[in-house]
Formats: sequence, structure tokens, C-alpha cells
Amino acid sequence: MKVVAIVGNPNVGKTELFNRLTGLNQHVGNWPGVTVEKKEGKYSYGGEEINVIDLPGIYGFTTRSIDEKIAKNFIVKNRPDVVVDVIDSTNLERNLYLALLLIESGANVVIALNMWDIAKERGMEIDVRRFEGLLGVPVVPTVATTGEGIEELKKAIFRALKGKKKGKKIKIDYGHEVEEKIKHIEKILERCRKDGYPSPRWVALRILEEDEDILSEFRKGNYWKDIEKLLDERIAGKIVEKRYELCSKLAAEIIKEKKEVKTLTDILDEIFLHKVLGIPIFMAILYAMFQFTFSFSAPFSDGISLFFSWLGNIAKSNISNEVLASFVADGICAGLGSVLVFVPPIFCLFFALSILEDSGYLARVAFVMEKILSKFGLHGKSFIPILVGFGCNVPGIMAARTIENESDRIITIMINPLISCSARLPVYALIAGAVFHGYTAGAAIYSMYVLGITLAVLMALLLRKLLFKGEVSPFILELPRYTKPKLSTSIIHMWNRGKWFLIKAGTFIFIVVIIIWFLSVFPWEATNGGKIIENSYIAMFGRIVEPVFKPLGWSWQAGTALFFGFLAKESIVGAIGALLGAEGEGVYNALANSNWFTPLTGFAYMAFVLIYFPCVATLSVMLREMKLKYTLLTVAYTVLLAFAVAFMIEFIGHLFGLS
Amino acid sequence: MNRIVPLSSLMSGERGEVVEIVGGRGVIRRLYEMGLVPFSRVEVLISHMPGPMLVKVNGSRIAIGRGIAMKIMVRKLP
Repeated sequence: MKVVAIVGNPNVGKTELFNRLTGLNQHVGNWPGVTVEKKEGKYSYGGEEINVIDLPGIYGFTTRSIDEKIAKNFIVKNRPDVVVDVIDSTNLERNLYLALLLIESGANVVIALNMWDIAKERGMEIDVRRFEGLLGVPVVPTVATTGEGIEELKKAIFRALKGKKKGKKIKIDYGHEVEEKIKHIEKILERCRKDGYPSPRWVALRILEEDEDILSEFRKGNYWKDIEKLLDERIAGKIVEKRYELCSKLAAEIIKEKKEVKTLTDILDEIFLHKVLGIPIFMAILYAMFQFTFSFSAPFSDGISLFFSWLGNIAKSNISNEVLASFVADGICAGLGSVLVFVPPIFCLFFALSILEDSGYLARVAFVMEKILSKFGLHGKSFIPILVGFGCNVPGIMAARTIENESDRIITIMINPLISCSARLPVYALIAGAVFHGYTAGAAIYSMYVLGITLAVLMALLLRKLLFKGEVSPFILELPRYTKPKLSTSIIHMWNRGKWFLIKAGTFIFIVVIIIWFLSVFPWEATNGGKIIENSYIAMFGRIVEPVFKPLGWSWQAGTALFFGFLAKESIVGAIGALLGAEGEGVYNALANSNWFTPLTGFAYMAFVLIYFPCVATLSVMLREMKLKYTLLTVAYTVLLAFAVAFMIEFIGHLFGLS
Repeated sequence: MNRIVPLSSLMSGERGEVVEIVGGRGVIRRLYEMGLVPFSRVEVLISHMPGPMLVKVNGSRIAIGRGIAMKIMVRKLP
């Protein structure tokens, strides 16, 4: 099977083009470098089965973010049969830089001149034939959003696969001084053959540009001393300059007409990035986003809740075996129901985030918040993971991949569990609803979000002071042009992020639900079929852990429920329900009538749930994204901080005469 | 010949030609790849003291922190 890789600068419509080619819908976004995972799809053309890989957006080969490494290694090491370089027609000059690098690497390049429609709209005229002639590779104008030019692109890919040439490929002349050095290194390379690289000239250039990946391979070798002598920062700069010089020259020849127009993006940026209004506008958008999330989703959640209690009742009245009936009704229906009610708010939040991201606004948030964040030792880009973390910490942590600097990235990941994800909301809602009334309940819930952000920011500052000394890495970010979000794209985007929760609900949470049910109704005789929960296994366990939570004034049931939150925080609700012997809406009343919490201890419990221990899904993604020691450190600090904050809340409460 | 000044001193709407970038090689690389190379022309779109700047280079919009903007030396263009 033939392999075709799709590559290009961020925000050029790569992923959309990929979707067009393969018909497989994938994550599309506007945050530079959003495509962080390898995405594959297939199509066939002319009897040839073609495997397409969508690579992360990159600007060049020398910077060191994970995304760029993935893309570079794939092109250089895996050597795909064809590399499709997607270019933004309206920004030819900068995009040409990567095209030159790809051609230089010896890749079989086909250029997709994307966003052709926007270039035309702006009155730009690009000479495609001249473009092909100058670079010596096929060039196809495309509009990925509408599908225009996709057939022609498939044809061009097919011809490239069959080895049809488009004239002589462009070769860059770097000028006498650099060329001498290249020759010198090529000579050294003859003596120590390095296989698996495009050409000696390419390796020589990478060395002169001080590409760490290549340098590290030579550092241990015999010729390192000879190579090291030739390295010169000035030469490295000269190589890049030469390439850009060529880019400008090429662009000037290819673009026949260009008008300077004030675009919608210019106007919108004047508003959204306004010195005074920028932050208030962002706050207003954030508020609207949460409002939408909670009010729009409420009827759907109610429906799901009703459905499961109806299903449970049917099971109870139709299954004669008592244990089985209890398993289906109290275990599966009640347990899953209490978790699935959160699907609507979670999907609504992700939908809102997708709209913000796909429209191009999310990148502006980084700009607006940069000054404030840098005061707390955070990078401007750290705000996106925080925002996504409100939906779920798992994609939030993954969003940190676009941060190049390792320290900045690890700090951003380590504080993410403190961002109150939507899975914690049900726990707050349950407790606040039971121990507070009216406005105070809403205020108590809202305060959890504020507490989370405050702690996250303080933790970032602390980590920067203690562990990751030094400055925040410089802030450089391309702001994409604003685009009208497409409903279908935003829905796919929402689905890709939200499905994590459904997978969790179907696996981890389902298992927890069954465990809770089993532990709370067995031994069957002693509990009288789950009616006397004090005699159950869970009660035995609860009594063992009781002393840990006693100083905080929490009942053994409340303490026990926390353990179920390890697997997924929303399981705490199900556990509390099971421990109270209630389900659905009944849990509120049962909790309100129980003497588990006073308003003060209930509030401290909410804070504890916010902070303590990242859930299993978050832990697994943390382990994947950073070293084990940082994950362990995160676990340790969250547990300690949870106890500290809970004690503090109760202590301060007592000072004010609350009990 | 116009004076050479740091990019950070330019106001919104002013233009300059990059002369050199003084700073760590990591930063230089990143800026180069974004198109901020010597002889490239930049236009300052937004500059909020002391926050980040938004500049236009070859049609793309690049946000840069105040700190690095001070390290990009430009020749002011009329």
C-alpha cells in the first residue's frame, strides 16, 4: 500500500483536506498545531489503495515541540511515497519556506494551493504554471472547505506515485561561504556513512543549522571534533535567510496581483484584542459559555434521569429473582443514570469550546491573557489547556502539547487537575443542593471554580519558584484568521473530545457502579437485600477509613464515597446515592434529611472533591505526557492540598462561628 | 538612513525592517520560521504596553511577547 503524508503550516486547512481525501471525519481546529495525534485514513484511486497520514502543523524542521518532531521524523525516517504540502494561498511567502525544506529533503512533494477561494476574493492572482515550473513539483489549487480541486489533487498524487516528473526540482544556492562548508561536511560524511537520511547535502545542512536530533547522532562518533569546528550560529542564520530570500523572490514571480485590503480579521482583532475591553469581552464570552452549557443541557439531563428511573422500576417489577432485580435496578440503572445525566452538559461545554476554537477566537485568549499569566509563571498558551480542562482534564492536558518549552508544558499539565472539570459538577450540585438553599447553593458551586483557578495559579507560581526555576519561555504565536465556524466541523470536534466521557462511562464508571452495588448489598442476608446498608461490606470498609476523615467532621459514608472518586469523580454521586439507599432526584432529599453534612463541612467536602487525587483517566494521560516523577508529585500535592484546604475552610468557618 | 530601534518601541501602525535578532538560538529559530528574518518587513498592528504585540509579517499575524519584541532590532520605515 502506498503512503501519502499531509503536511503544512498550522491553520492552512490540512485536516479539512485530509477529511476531503479520505471521507473520514477528524478533529479540525484553529489553535495553531491542534492536530497532535497521528491520523490515518484511506482512499483508492486508479486501482491503487492509498493510506493517508495527517501530520501536525509545522513551520520548519528546527524547533523542538513534540508536534514538529513527529512531523519531521515521519517525513525523513518513514519516507512516505508522496508528501502533500498544503499551502495557504493568501500567505504564500511564509508557506513556501516549508515547501523548500520538503523539496530539499528529497521528498516526493505535491503542493496543494489551499484557500484558493479566499485568495481570489482578495483579488490575488497566482500563476500556477509558473509556480510548478519554478519549483519543479506539481501544484494544485484547492478549496478544502468546499471540495474544489480534490479530484485534481488525487490525480496529481497518483501521477507522483507513478513517478511522473514535473521538470527539475529547485535547488537552493546558499552562497559561496555556506556552500564551502556544506562540501566540507559532505567529505566528512563520506568517511562515516549515515544511512537512513535523504542525502549527504541534506545531512550537512541539518548539521549547519544545528538540528539537535542530527547533532546528537554525531556527538558520540569519531568525527564530532571535525564537525564541531564548523558549527557557527551566523552560518545557521545565513541558511535560513537565504531560503527566505528565495521565498520572497519566488512569491514575487508567482503572484501577479496583490491588493492590500483591510480584512474582517483586522477589524475583529481591534475589538477582541482591545487594550481595555479585551479581558472584559473574554470574561463575558466565558460567562455566556457556561450559561449555555448549563441551561441548554438541563432538560436533556432531566430526560435521561427520568428514563433510567423508569427503566429501573420496570426491571424491579418484572424480574422475579431478587438479587438480579436489585443488580439491574439499583446497580446498573441507578448507577449509570446518575452518571449519564452529565453527558449533556459535557457535550454542550465542548461544543461551545469548539465554536470558540474553530472561529479563531481561542488563540486570541492567549494574547489577551498573556500579561497576567506571565506574572504567575505561566505561558500565554497555558490558558487553552485550562479552558479545555473545564470540560475534561484529559483533553486539557493533551492541549498542552502545543507548548514548546518543557518546563512550561509540565507546569501547565501539573496544575490542570485543579481546574474543575465537568465531572465534578454533579458532586457539587448534589452537596450544595442538599446543604445550602437558593442563591447560596449557586454561589457555593461557583466558588469551587474560582477556588480551582486560584489554586492552579498559585500552584503554578510555586512550581516555577521551586522546581522549574527560570523565566517563562518567550511568547510567540500565530493568530489564525477568523473563520465562520461550521456546524458540522464543530460537532465532530465536540464529539472527538466528548467521547472520552462516554468511553469512561461505559468502562471505568460502569465497573465502579457494579462494585459499589455489590459492596453495598452484600452480604445479602445481613443487609436484607440492600436495605440495611450499615451491615454491608462497604460499611465495613468505611469504618476502617473513618478515622482519616473524622477530624474533618465527615461521616464514614462521606469518606468512603471519596474512594470511588479515584476511578471517576462523578462516581461519588452514585456512591453517595447507594450509601443513602436512594436514587435519582431522591438522593438530594435523602442527603438533605441525613446528618452527614453541615453547610460548613459540606462546603469543605466540595473543596476536597475539587482538589484531591486526579481521576484514573487523567492519571493515565499524565503518565503518557510527562515523566513518572511529575505524575507522582501531582498526586502527592493534590492529596495534601485537599486536606490542607478542607481544614482551612473549616478552621476559618469556626472562627466566624459556623459549625 | 533611519535609526535602528527595538521592535517593541514601534507604535501601532508603524512599520520596520528587521535588521537582526539578539537572543537565544531557540527564540531566533522560532522567529525565523515564522518569517521574522533579517530584511523582512513587519507592521505593528497592536501594541499594548506592557503586554504582547501583534505584528504582521508576509500576511500572517504573529503575537509576540514584549520581552522578545525588545530583542528584535528593526530599521524604522516611513
